[in-house]
Amino acid sequence: MSKKLLTTVFSLSLGVLASGVAFTSSVALSSAALADEAADIAKGTAVAEEWDRRDWGFGDTESVMQMQLENRHGDQSIRQMRQKTLEVPGHDDGDKSLTIFDKPRDVKGTAFLSFAKIFDPDDQWMYLPAVKRVKRISSKNKSGPFLGSEFAYEDLSAQELKKYTYKWLRDEPCGELQCSVVEQTPTYENSGYTKMVTWYDLAEYRQQKIDYYDRKNKLLKTLVSTNFKQHLGKYWRPYDMYMENHQTGKKTRLIFDKIEFQTGLKESELTKNSLKRVK
Amino acid sequence: MRSRFRLFKKVKLIKLAALVIVTGAVALVASIVSANQAHADDEESDLYWEYSGSASLDLRIFPDSALHSGQRDQHLNPSIVLEPEFLVEWNDGDDRIDFKPFLRLDAQDNERRHGDIRELKYLHIDDGWDLKVGADKVFWGVTESRHLVDIINQTDGVEDTDGEDKLGQPMINLGIQNEIGDFNFFAMPYFRERTFPGRKGRLRSSLTVDTDKAEYESDLEEFHPDFALRYATVLGDWDLGLAHFYGTSREPRLLVKSDSNGAPVLVPHYDIINQSSADVQATFDEWLWKWEGIYRRGQGDDFVAFSGGLEYTFFGLIGDAGDLGVLAEYHYDGRDEDEAPGTIFDDDIFVGARVTLNDVEDTDFLAGMIIDRKTHARSFTIEADRRLSDRWTVEGELRLSDGISSSEPLYDTRRDDHVQVRFNYFF
Repeated sequence: MSKKLLTTVFSLSLGVLASGVAFTSSVALSSAALADEAADIAKGTAVAEEWDRRDWGFGDTESVMQMQLENRHGDQSIRQMRQKTLEVPGHDDGDKSLTIFDKPRDVKGTAFLSFAKIFDPDDQWMYLPAVKRVKRISSKNKSGPFLGSEFAYEDLSAQELKKYTYKWLRDEPCGELQCSVVEQTPTYENSGYTKMVTWYDLAEYRQQKIDYYDRKNKLLKTLVSTNFKQHLGKYWRPYDMYMENHQTGKKTRLIFDKIEFQTGLKESELTKNSLKRVK
Repeated sequence: MRSRFRLFKKVKLIKLAALVIVTGAVALVASIVSANQAHADDEESDLYWEYSGSASLDLRIFPDSALHSGQRDQHLNPSIVLEPEFLVEWNDGDDRIDFKPFLRLDAQDNERRHGDIRELKYLHIDDGWDLKVGADKVFWGVTESRHLVDIINQTDGVEDTDGEDKLGQPMINLGIQNEIGDFNFFAMPYFRERTFPGRKGRLRSSLTVDTDKAEYESDLEEFHPDFALRYATVLGDWDLGLAHFYGTSREPRLLVKSDSNGAPVLVPHYDIINQSSADVQATFDEWLWKWEGIYRRGQGDDFVAFSGGLEYTFFGLIGDAGDLGVLAEYHYDGRDEDEAPGTIFDDDIFVGARVTLNDVEDTDFLAGMIIDRKTHARSFTIEADRRLSDRWTVEGELRLSDGISSSEPLYDTRRDDHVQVRFNYFF
């Protein structure tokens, strides 16, 4: 159904383009370009909406993951953590997530709680086990690196549909699949990016690859997601996410050892109070 | 006379050991009971256990010679810290026992050579409530340079001068969570006395504190039951906490008395107090606004004290990824000069800066200065830490004071400026 919608949008935009060529006045050209742009926005948004729709109702997930950080010289260091995510239904609130760090050993037991918001800053708390202290922290550092990795907080926080505006760029092959390439512009404040370019495969609408452009609009990072697995016959998740920073040469591979869906996670397990007793 | 002191210490040790056995037994019984229940109605009662911890090597360097008679006049003070942790979980983590003993071996100070049970607790988590029985550490509060409302645990005074190291507090803690907020009830059957550096140690008062002679307002002494209640909630950008404590003051008054030889010593005197407190943090983008205050009865005239301030962070200011935070806090304390324990935070300003590099090594620095508004006495601290490898971290600490007049509590430690280097190994 969505593919049908896409082809309609596509032919519509072609038609607009053709009519644009027919006219010669600059006014007509610009209005044609505008219409063209509107069509691309509609098409890009449709792709993202389909991506979003396919993830509705996942309920909750519990994941075990590992981050492999690599610097320019090839030195590696490992981070291990677990994450619990609770879906908050609707388009106006983001999901809730709790991340517990297991390695390196000096940060073992440190936990991070985030209530994602679409436009407002997220609510975030940090638990420091050595002093048994829960601290509310500022969530303005969306562009800051997560645990010294090449992933920024905003790359890992809940990807909500309304956090971006979308514009279709082109369709092209991506590996064995066909992809729609969509330009995404963050609508929230304090993003480290002017835009992202995302490759959605048209078979299952998974984000196969993302190019991140920095505040000077220069290519900063590329994320390639592979080893997708389907859960509950519906929800796709990549088990391997590889982020490469083109400006520093540093790389981070995020590998999931386990992702479980609908484990019966309760909202009461994702509260400020629950941070003090994370397991 | 010496043997009497030994006996005193032995009695204390026996009390402590008895306490450990009691809490352990309670935990064990509780665990067996709930384990049986779990077996009855839940197949997911797999036992999970874990052993981890850290060992540290501390080196304190004192450039100045010791000031007081009896102090060991070494400029280097090495010590070793061992802090293992044992954890057993079942019922998918809803029941668990945590055991965290602590041991420091100090080359010079007998009092700093000490052990403690930082944690030995059984915790049960249920829907909307949790119950904890045993020794644990509980932190309350929001400000950075003084922890005014934090009252559950006793300060382990031989560890550091910042008061952030705490002794394990035996307790029964019931937590109730609902839409209104989180309620916590604490019953504390046994009081932990504050630790003080011994005669040979640095960073002490000119008169040593004889902890064996500690006095109590209550005839029950350290067995006076203490109680506390705390309510905490989050309202949008605001995190609020209200609490009341009734029981043995964690801060002792230090009275000058004579020891058996007629020489003056300081004797800790623990009063029974009532303390109400409030703490608030408002988080607006890069701004954190913090305030905490207490109202205390039981030590001379009733008094109020508060700490308030802010923290502003410039994100990504340092080399793209590093953050710079600036902090400023003001401390006021209206306590009675004669009938309440002394404090350095009577009318003081704290300014500080925090640098977080957000690098692979998690490097960060915290520099701060506390200035007394009246006497202009200043003390400075710089702390830094960094990860060296998967298992090693290094910390550095510099503590200096300046312009301390003879009327200040810090006067006796004016020659104890020092640098501390600590290597931590995690297992």
